[in-house]
Amino acid sequence: MNKTVLDLWVGLFVIAGIAALLFLALKVGSTSAVSASNSYEIVARFDNIGGLKPRAPVKSAGVVVGRVADIRFDNETFDAAVTLRLDKRYAFPKDTSAAIMTSGLLGEQYIGLEAGGDSQTLKDQDRILITQSAVVLENLIGRFIYGQAQEGAPQ
Amino acid sequence: MLKRSIENLGNRTIQGVWRIGFAARFFVAMLLHSGTAFRRFGLTIREMYFTGVLSLIIILVSGLFVGMVLGLQGYETLQTYGSEEALGILVALSLVRELGPVVAALLFASRAGSAITAEIGLMKATEQLSAMEMMAVDPIARVVAPRFWAGVISMPLLAALFSAMGIFGGYLVGVQLIGVDEGAFWSQMRSAVDFEQDILNGVIKSVVFGIAITTIALFEGYDAPPTAEGVSGATTRTVVTSSLVVLALDFVLTAFMFRGLS
Repeated sequence: MNKTVLDLWVGLFVIAGIAALLFLALKVGSTSAVSASNSYEIVARFDNIGGLKPRAPVKSAGVVVGRVADIRFDNETFDAAVTLRLDKRYAFPKDTSAAIMTSGLLGEQYIGLEAGGDSQTLKDQDRILITQSAVVLENLIGRFIYGQAQEGAPQ
Repeated sequence: MLKRSIENLGNRTIQGVWRIGFAARFFVAMLLHSGTAFRRFGLTIREMYFTGVLSLIIILVSGLFVGMVLGLQGYETLQTYGSEEALGILVALSLVRELGPVVAALLFASRAGSAITAEIGLMKATEQLSAMEMMAVDPIARVVAPRFWAGVISMPLLAALFSAMGIFGGYLVGVQLIGVDEGAFWSQMRSAVDFEQDILNGVIKSVVFGIAITTIALFEGYDAPPTAEGVSGATTRTVVTSSLVVLALDFVLTAFMFRGLS
C-alpha cells in the first residue's frame, strides 16, 4: 500500500465521519432554540400543572417562542411556579395570559400564551398574572359521569 | 481440598490486582508517550487506516440494517397507537443515544480491538518489541501510543457514521417502503432530538468507549504470554472484556446523562 493512497483513504474516512456528525447536528437534531444570552425569563403560577415538564415548548399562536426552564413547588402559596424562558425577539404585553394545553388528546403538554392589549411589555423576571391550569382528564371524566348520573336520576 | 481452593482464590485475586495495577501504569505510560503519536502523525494515520477505514464496511452495513429493522419494528408498534409519524423520533433517538455508540463500539471491539491485540501480541512473541528496546526505540511511544490515538479518533467517527446510516435505513423503510409522511418524519425527529442532550452525549459516549476498547486491546496484547496459545487467549479476552466494559460503561454513562430527563 502506497503511503499517499493510505493518507487519501484516512482523509476520506475523517471527512465522511465529520459529514455524518454534521448531518446528525443539522438534519436530525436541533439546539434547544433559546440560549441564555438572547432570552428573558418570566414566571407564571399555576394551581395545577398536570404533566408539564421542563423543556416543554411555550407557544403563542401555535409558534414556539420559548421553553419551560424550571418548575418549582411554592411552599407558601401552595401552587406551582413555572419559569418560562422566552426568545428576546418576542415581546408580550403585560396582561398576557398563560394556559397549559395538550397537543392532541394524549400528546405532550405545552404552555400557550395569549397576548393581551396592554401597551407595556413583560420584562425579565416579571410575572404572568392570568393563568389557566392544566385540564386533568380524570376530573373531566368524573364531572361527566356525575352529570350523567344526575340526568338519569328519578325526579 | 478446601485449602487448595482457598489458595487458588487468593492467588487469582492477587493476580487480578496485579494486572489492574500494571494496566493503570501502562495507561499512564501510554498517555505520557503520546507526544510521538502527534509529532509523527504519519504513524497515527497509518493506524487509523487499519482501525478506522477497514472497519467502515461492517459499521456502515450493520448501521443500515439496524436502522431498517428499527423502522419496521417501530412502525408495527406505533401503528397500533396511530402515531406512525413518531417513527422518525423513535429511530433517531434510539440510534443517537444508545445503539449508535454501543453497537458501533461492540463491532469496533471485535473488528479492530482483536486485530490490535493479535498484532501486538505477535510482535511481543516474535521479540520485535524487545528488538525495538535494544535499538533505544520505546515500543510504547512507537507502537502503542499511535494505535491508542488512532482508536480514540476513529471511534466517534464510526459511531456517527453508524447513526447516520441507521437513520437513513429507517428513512428508507419508513418513508420509501411503508409510506410514512416524509415531512412529518423529519420535522418530528428534529423537534424531539436535542443537539446537546442527545447528539453530544452520544459522541461523548463513543469517545469513552474508544478509550476503553483501545486501552484494553493494547494492554492485552502487551501483556500476552509470548506463545501462540497466549496470543489467541489474549485476543479472546480483548473481545469479551471490552464488550462487557462497553455495556457496563454505557449503563453508568446513561444513568449520568439521561436521568431526570423527561
